[in-house]
Formats: sequence, structure tokens, C-alpha cells
Amino acid sequence: MPRGDDQPTGWTPDQPIVHIQDLHKAFGEVEVLKGVSLDVAKGEVICIIGPSGSGKSTLIRCVNALTPFQSGTVTLMGIDVGDPNLDKLRLRKHVGMVFQQYNLFPHRTALQNVMMAPLYVLKRPKAEVEAQAYALLKKVRLEGREHAYPGEMSGGQQQRVAIARSLAMQPDVMLFDEVTAALDPETVKEVLVTIRELAQEGMTCLLVTHEMGFAREVANHIYFTDRGVIVEHGPPDQFFRNPSDPRTRAFLNQVL
Amino acid sequence: MSEGRILPVIHHVGAVLKARGLPVTRLRAWHALLPLWLILAGATAHAASDPEAPGVLSILLRWSPLLLRGFVFNIIISLLSMLLGTILGLWLGLALVSQHSAIRAPALAATEFFRNAPWLVLLFFVTFMLPFQVEIGHFTIPFPGWIKAVLGLALAIMANVAEIVRGAVQSIHPGQWEASEALGFTRSQQMWRIILPQCIKRMIPPWMNLYAIVTMSTTLASIIGVNEVVTLAGQVQAAEGGRTDLLAPIYGYVLLLFFIYSYPISVWTRRLERKYATR
Repeated sequence: MPRGDDQPTGWTPDQPIVHIQDLHKAFGEVEVLKGVSLDVAKGEVICIIGPSGSGKSTLIRCVNALTPFQSGTVTLMGIDVGDPNLDKLRLRKHVGMVFQQYNLFPHRTALQNVMMAPLYVLKRPKAEVEAQAYALLKKVRLEGREHAYPGEMSGGQQQRVAIARSLAMQPDVMLFDEVTAALDPETVKEVLVTIRELAQEGMTCLLVTHEMGFAREVANHIYFTDRGVIVEHGPPDQFFRNPSDPRTRAFLNQVL
Repeated sequence: MSEGRILPVIHHVGAVLKARGLPVTRLRAWHALLPLWLILAGATAHAASDPEAPGVLSILLRWSPLLLRGFVFNIIISLLSMLLGTILGLWLGLALVSQHSAIRAPALAATEFFRNAPWLVLLFFVTFMLPFQVEIGHFTIPFPGWIKAVLGLALAIMANVAEIVRGAVQSIHPGQWEASEALGFTRSQQMWRIILPQCIKRMIPPWMNLYAIVTMSTTLASIIGVNEVVTLAGQVQAAEGGRTDLLAPIYGYVLLLFFIYSYPISVWTRRLERKYATR
């Protein structure tokens, strides 16, 4: 969504909305990302799959500057994420993130959770923010639960509030870090339905997930990471039916 | 039938007694007072056994107004020092978790210094370093001992409260920091709108424990010449001819005053701990 207060970056919608090139990230001595490159077009849904420790979560955390990286290029809508003088606030107006542990603010109701960011960070008027919050909670099918506290909700409900909370900032890109991994199977579906609707509305989504069925159905492109590199990638049909790399085949045999 | 908890240690004994038809007493925490009562009663009886001297209880009664006023003085010192120390400690605690090492390092130094100093020595330092009166223009404002006691205790409290704040902030799940950062909150917004409100509940039980300790520590002021209850107890004993058999009843009376004040606070603290522990 174009913002009047944003300085032009020269990015146009025909260019990749997220561009990662030769990304290297190490935690101390341990190198977790060993030269990862990927491009995401506007409106694309990409799923990143792979074994634990392959660097998937670290990868998407680099996109919204939650995790700093040593070398490589990451740009989001033309904003250089690796810039040491990066205006993080400006970046985060364009990208939202949903976490595995929901991380809702427990001392605030669902409605207040969704309202806080646009109110205090974007400084939008309260009436407008409140109306948007009600609309978002309705969109994630939590109408009637606006005044409940996170502690009174199930995991699936909390995760949907978390999604609504990120959407309140009206981002252009949404990052999902294994958002259904902590949920029991019955509630996984309600969250995936919400994400699929978002995708169908045209939101650019980067999902780190173990949900292969969902990836096959909703994703435009799948990336498989292992030990810090992208081993293989491709559209879901080709990827799941005809993986070329033996590592990919081994992983898919394990999970499918 | 009262709702006591049967202590696990005597559970078997209770079962055995019950089986034999003997009464089983459920031990409560306040039963621990019984030995104290026995000691005080014994000491009082011994003092009262002298037929010529006036009754101990009547002596205590006669001096009650004075001792109670002294005790109220202790309470006032505890409340004032706690208030000042808490306000200072909140800011010191925030400095301890600051991202800037220029703020964090001196805060750490101050906290460690005042935490590792014996409170009595702190009181001495404050007493001797501060003047006994302050002259501003024409006015001479006396700086009485009890204010110095308040200041000295406040310094110790400040360091302990700072640690309580730091501990509470660091116990907040890192996900709260990550989620709020991802939403674009600044560090200051994160602190004041998200982290600190969650910290308040966690800080209250250790803070109340601290107050209990502070209440007892107000008696240290007697050593720097403040006319609080311990000093007055000594004066009462001297006024009654320095009778050594009056020592136990008089100081037992002082003990009782502190107990009656502190025990309900301790019960309340425990109740709050339980309430905040269940999420």
C-alpha cells in the first residue's frame, strides 16, 4: 500500500517485492545461512520447508531485520534491510510477522492487541483504528471475542488474533514462522484457512511451515533448505512430484 | 471443623491416633507462637514473683503509650524509606536494563555497591556524612536523625528494588520483545506499554518481602540515636530501676508489636504469590 510519508525507493511492482541475494548469517562461530538467494514477486505465496536447524526461521527473520546478518543483500520493496542506518520503523510498516508462539500481549484484550500498533506506532486516530480492529477480528472469524484476553482463548484463536494484529499495520508482505507448529491438529485448519484467504486476496506471504498439504495447495513456489543453503525450489506440482535432488527426496520421504 | 492443612510429616501419626480414637490436632502455622507465649509468660511470671515490686503487666501497661508511639515512629520510618527507596529503585532498575552501556554500567555499580553494604554501616555513613543542620540563607533547618535513617535505608531499598525490577523485566518472555519489535514499537514504547505493565504483578511479592525486612531494620536506627521503639524500650527498663528481670517482658512486648504488624502482611504476601502464580 503506497504511503504518502514514504520516501521513494525506486521500486516498482514488476520487480521482486522481496529480494535476497547471497545471504550469510552466523551465530558466533556457527554459520546458519551459507549464501541464500531468493526472489519473491508481489502477490506470491512462497513456502520454505526443511529439517530443523536448516536456517528457515533465521532466513525470514532477516527479512524484517529481527535478526542482523553478516553479508549479502536483502531488500524489501526497495528498502535495503542490511543498511546499518536502516529506518526499522519504515521497514516494519511494510512487513508483518506472525510467530509460532503467538506472542500476544497478555495484559490486553484481543481488540486492544490489534489496536495497539496502528495507534501508537502509526499514530492513526483512535476511531479509525478501532473500526479496523473490529473488521480484522471479524475477518479472522473471531467476532464476539474482541474483549477476551489471550489467556481465555485457545491456541488457534490466539494465532488468529496474532494474524489480525499484524494485518492492522496494513503490511505489503506477511512472514509466517511455523505458525501452526504449536497448535493441535483440529485448530491448525482454522489458521490455515485464514492464511489461505489472505493469500487469495493477493497478500505476499512467506511461510516457514511443515504443513505439506497446505504448501502444495496454496503456494506458488516451494523452497527446500538444508544446512543453510537452498537445495531445491520450484512450483509445488513439480517440486512434490519430481524432486531432483536426493536430499529433497529423502526429506519428502520422511515427511510425506 | 477448621480447614487446617495436615502437615505431611505427622500425617502417619495423625492416622495412627485417629485409628485409636484419640483426638488429632491439625497444626497451623500460628501454633508456632505457642513456645514464644510460654517463654514470655514464664519470664513475666518470674518477674512478677517478687512481692514487693509492682506487677510486670501493670508496668507494661503504664509504659504502653510511650512504646506504642515509638513503634509508630518505626512504622513511619519504614513507610517513608520504602516510598523513597522504591521511587529511586524503579529508575535505577530501568537504567540496569538500558541498552546504552553508558547508563547501564554506573547503574550496575551503584546497585552492587548499595546491595552489598550492611544496612547499619550505610546508616552510619549517612549519619556522619550529612550535617546535623542545613543552613539556607537565614534559615537553619535541623536534620534530625530519623531523616538520616530514612535516607540511609532508602539507599539500601533502592538497590534491592532495582534488582527486583531487573529480574522482572528479564523474566518476560523474549517473544514479547520480538512481537512488539516486529510491529514497529520503539524501545521506549516496548518498555512502557508492553513489558513494564506485565512486570508489575511479578514485582509485588518480592517487593512486599523487602518491606517486611525493612520494617525489622528500622530498629537499626536506635544505634544512630533515633528515639524509636528499641531505644525507648531500653529507657523504660532504665526508668524501672534497671531490673534485669524486666528485660524479657519489655523486649518481648516489642517483639509482639512487630509480629502483630508484620504477620498479616506476610500472610497477604503469600496469598498474592499464590494468586499471581496461577496464570
